[in-house]
Amino acid sequence: MLPSDQSSAYDPLRKPPKFAIRTNGLNVWYETFQALFDIDLNIRHGKVTSLIGPSGCGKSTLLRCFNRINERLGYVRTEGSINILDHDISTPGTSLAQLRKQVGMVFQRPNPLPVSIRKNVLFGLDLHHEGSAPHGRSERDNIVEEALRQVLLWDAVKDRLDQKATALSLEEQQKLCIARLLPVKPIILLMDEPCSALDPEGTEAVEELIWTLRGSYTIVIVTHNMAQARRASEECCFMLLGKMIEHTRTKEMFVTPKNKETADYIEGRYG
Amino acid sequence: MFQASEHNLRSKRREALFRTLFALMTLVLIVPVVVIIGTLVVKGAPVISFEFLFTDPINGMTEGGIFPALIGTVWLVAVALLVSVPLGVAAAVYLSEFAPDNWFTRLINLAIINLAGVPSIVHALFGVGAFVLFFRFGTSILAASLTLAIMTLPVVIVATLESLRAVPLAFREACWNMGATRWQTIRLVVLPNAVSGILTGIILEVSRTSGETAPIMFTGAAFFLPYLPESVFDQTMALSLHLFVMTTQVPGVPEHLPYGVALVLIGLVLAMNALSIAFRVYLRQRKKW
Repeated sequence: MLPSDQSSAYDPLRKPPKFAIRTNGLNVWYETFQALFDIDLNIRHGKVTSLIGPSGCGKSTLLRCFNRINERLGYVRTEGSINILDHDISTPGTSLAQLRKQVGMVFQRPNPLPVSIRKNVLFGLDLHHEGSAPHGRSERDNIVEEALRQVLLWDAVKDRLDQKATALSLEEQQKLCIARLLPVKPIILLMDEPCSALDPEGTEAVEELIWTLRGSYTIVIVTHNMAQARRASEECCFMLLGKMIEHTRTKEMFVTPKNKETADYIEGRYG
Repeated sequence: MFQASEHNLRSKRREALFRTLFALMTLVLIVPVVVIIGTLVVKGAPVISFEFLFTDPINGMTEGGIFPALIGTVWLVAVALLVSVPLGVAAAVYLSEFAPDNWFTRLINLAIINLAGVPSIVHALFGVGAFVLFFRFGTSILAASLTLAIMTLPVVIVATLESLRAVPLAFREACWNMGATRWQTIRLVVLPNAVSGILTGIILEVSRTSGETAPIMFTGAAFFLPYLPESVFDQTMALSLHLFVMTTQVPGVPEHLPYGVALVLIGLVLAMNALSIAFRVYLRQRKKW
């Protein structure tokens, strides 16, 4: 971490705040189309939270606000505040590099870089510590092994770390994309439909992985698969037409939804 | 039940007719290439020898070799590339990776396309006005190469733009989401994956540049200068102009001599193209996604 950032950066020794992500009156427009309406959301630290809702309800847009990747589209306008670990990320002093280091993102289609498995895992590390990254072969090997073990991929790829990552199966690629985020010690992992490009076995494996990462990281998953939200998350947010309709423990939402729209959606009356 | 109707048969006959017609037109395409190369080889090959390639022309260009012209062409192309490649690649990276899509960048794109459409003789006159006279480079390799550079810039830019755009957006997104700046993304991911296309474009450009005559004839290429240039401020001979001069300006040149020069020139171009294709094949094999 850069010295100048230390005052505002997250200190892992301090007791983490109760909520990893807090939004207040968050409104987002794509040019004139309003995608999000007054989202007030508190996402608990160390939990798996899923965002569900029909297509176009704004769940991906919301997810993409948390690491400010939305801004890359020049025509997006955001109002309201987003606090990550008690720091307002819209202040001018926020370094996007630091934010995205702490808040990693996994995409719908696995997007490993066209280099070796090993280089993929070390990529983020080298990016953030250019020139000062750990040099020693054994030190780097340990980092690669630890990251790949965390995503349950080590045994499958340990003998072919120098092969192209793009030659892996989709499931392995997706796990690698998660592993790639870990060496820089992120706090939050955002996942945008991480299983939708995978077959049922791959989906199961990645869900299992998400479940094992719970506690170590705050995980937010966007999914259109309600069964997945039910299986793999502890808290669940239901969104509809850009509004946050309901946010409770997953168990409660699927058993006793408070809201009629939620009940209709999870029972499959629309979606 | 499944027998062809009269209508089916007619459609089929018509298809056969058009297929033959189009095949013939494709054949017509290759005829000029075969005739040109064939003539050059038959008439020019006997002239080609070690002496021809590596000695000076003598007796008012009616005898001797082409060494100064060969070296001159290398000079002109090399200096032109030294200017146009960094400039063109940088401009393309800016346009593809940084520039917002607004009226100004669209104007720049339009300018590039128009620059590509400017006839070479106009480039030549621009070169005389700008480099020879205004910047006082005189008729020199520098002035001629700068003129060639201006002329090749649009092609370098377009080739680079296309190879940059062929790099999947997912790679860039992966990078940005790990907190990479745009420049880190370009340096670590985009350029390494685009380099094969860029190099191919550049090599093709070399082959085209080496044959250009008009842009260099007023700006730096000399009629007859049977010694080698020592710096970029010297004039030089060049293969293309040498060929032009021999065939139109000098009486008493033996018939086979220009064919030899043309064969060397086209050989140079074909060798460059072959190199570019080999290079592309090699790099394609290495990248898989």
